[in-house]
Amino acid sequence: MSTRRMRPFGAGGPLTYGIALVVVALTLGPVVYGALGGFRSNEQLATDPAGLPDPWLLKNYNGVFANPDFWRYALNSTAIAVITTVVAVVCGVMAAYPLARYQFRLREPLFMVFVLGLLFPAAVAIIPLFILVTRDLEMGNTWWGVALPQAAFWLPITVVILRPFLMAIPKELEEAALMDGASRVGIFWWLMLPLSRPGLVTVAVLAFVGSWNAYLLPLLLLQQDMRTLPLGVADYSTEHSADTAGVLAFTSIAMIPALVLFLALQRRIVGGLQGAVKG
Amino acid sequence: MTPALALMGVFVVWPIVSAVRMSFYRWKGFGPMEDFVGLRNYGRVLGDDVFRDAVAHNFVIVIASVVVQLPLGLAIAMLLNRNIRLRGLLRTVVFVPYVMAEVIAAVIWFQLLQPEYGVVDGLIELVGLTPPEQGFLGTPELALPTLFVVLTWKYLGLAVLLFLAGLQGVPDELYEAAQLDGASWWRTQLRVALPLLGPTIRTWLFLSMIGSLQQFDMVWVLTGGGPANATTTMATYLINQGTQRHNYGIAGAASVVLFLVSFVMALAYQLLILRRDTVVER
Repeated sequence: MSTRRMRPFGAGGPLTYGIALVVVALTLGPVVYGALGGFRSNEQLATDPAGLPDPWLLKNYNGVFANPDFWRYALNSTAIAVITTVVAVVCGVMAAYPLARYQFRLREPLFMVFVLGLLFPAAVAIIPLFILVTRDLEMGNTWWGVALPQAAFWLPITVVILRPFLMAIPKELEEAALMDGASRVGIFWWLMLPLSRPGLVTVAVLAFVGSWNAYLLPLLLLQQDMRTLPLGVADYSTEHSADTAGVLAFTSIAMIPALVLFLALQRRIVGGLQGAVKG
Repeated sequence: MTPALALMGVFVVWPIVSAVRMSFYRWKGFGPMEDFVGLRNYGRVLGDDVFRDAVAHNFVIVIASVVVQLPLGLAIAMLLNRNIRLRGLLRTVVFVPYVMAEVIAAVIWFQLLQPEYGVVDGLIELVGLTPPEQGFLGTPELALPTLFVVLTWKYLGLAVLLFLAGLQGVPDELYEAAQLDGASWWRTQLRVALPLLGPTIRTWLFLSMIGSLQQFDMVWVLTGGGPANATTTMATYLINQGTQRHNYGIAGAASVVLFLVSFVMALAYQLLILRRDTVVER
């Protein structure tokens, strides 16, 4: 965005900055407090809840990094998020492609299926899903057992976001490629996929972060060393409730990956969403 | 196409159908499902004060979100839309809580809100007030409002992001015209920007409503539905019935009620949209 262009009523006065400052303080306060709390000791926290670390201690954070459970949880979270993302994006784009580019009788009704799926509260299906995965499929305590249902619940949003991207690609490009002797699969692979990349990035990041942050399904399906980071954080918090500083350190580190990923790609995600809405 | 439909069929449609079937049986989770009880589970769910409170709590959250988060989100979005320094950074900051896992946010807030040692109590004492003895989450009358404050902290960023995107769509010429007419900033926002934000506000409203009805993670970690069921929601009720008490039939019936409530709300919302849009087009 060009900073040169003057917006009407553009400049904010001291009041604007004041309010902005309050908003920032309230938003970031708890997060910063958590991160700083990790550098303090429990005695410091108890005697002066609102103070700064004095002295700064590294033992809480070192403790987290030295904790094999932490790495185990992080590995589980990563594996589940990667599987969820790959399955959701691959199946999603394969479903969105015909819904966007082909004319067939069931096209709109099929698309409606996905739109309806969007409205569905996941909590409604959670108990039967738990029974299905643990008993019928015997995937109870596994990465796939969590990732597949998660991907299924991400499909609607994936299809709804991707379809406009694929629809917006000009027909002429496709026809030209056909004339050049490209196959249907070739067109999909070498033409459609690269051109819809902004949408794919958006969908992939959303699925990844969604999976990384998920709680309910992993809570029901995963036990002990198969648990993911959010579950690990909740467990750690109840098991070490007396060790506030330790809990804060564990929590602060656990929130970093999703934050970094999202903030790094923020612009592209928002751009992708706007593209989907405009289409 | 086929893999997507298969995946949806197995992991979305089938469980939902099973939930409906389960709701007609008394079933403790082992052996075949054969003790058919008709609508009795529904009778028990709807007759349960805890569930009725849960529905009420969900609706309190829905309504409070509209009353509190909508104006707050709009105000912050309009503020951040002004040409102030570090605007980009501010936008990112407001969005941070939304990106965090709900559980992680809940664990942090749980620590902040701890009675005696928590920083919130510390700050309140600093101002010269006495914090509640059982803590904010331990006092039944305060637990739900406190929960709502935390939810607002968590989800305001989404509202701001959406409204900002909507404001970007307002053409600069409109502002300029209003400025030429001598309208004040606030007046311009109210008369020019706000009406054009209609579609964005409706999108947010829908997301916020569905989210409020499904609320689970934050409640589960912060209060577990307590104290004395003061913060149960439909989702925590059904998870509690299903996984802790193994009353699968009751859980099934509660799921169906949750679905019906969401569905009716979505439908009512559709009607609201239709009505609103015809008004705008006049």
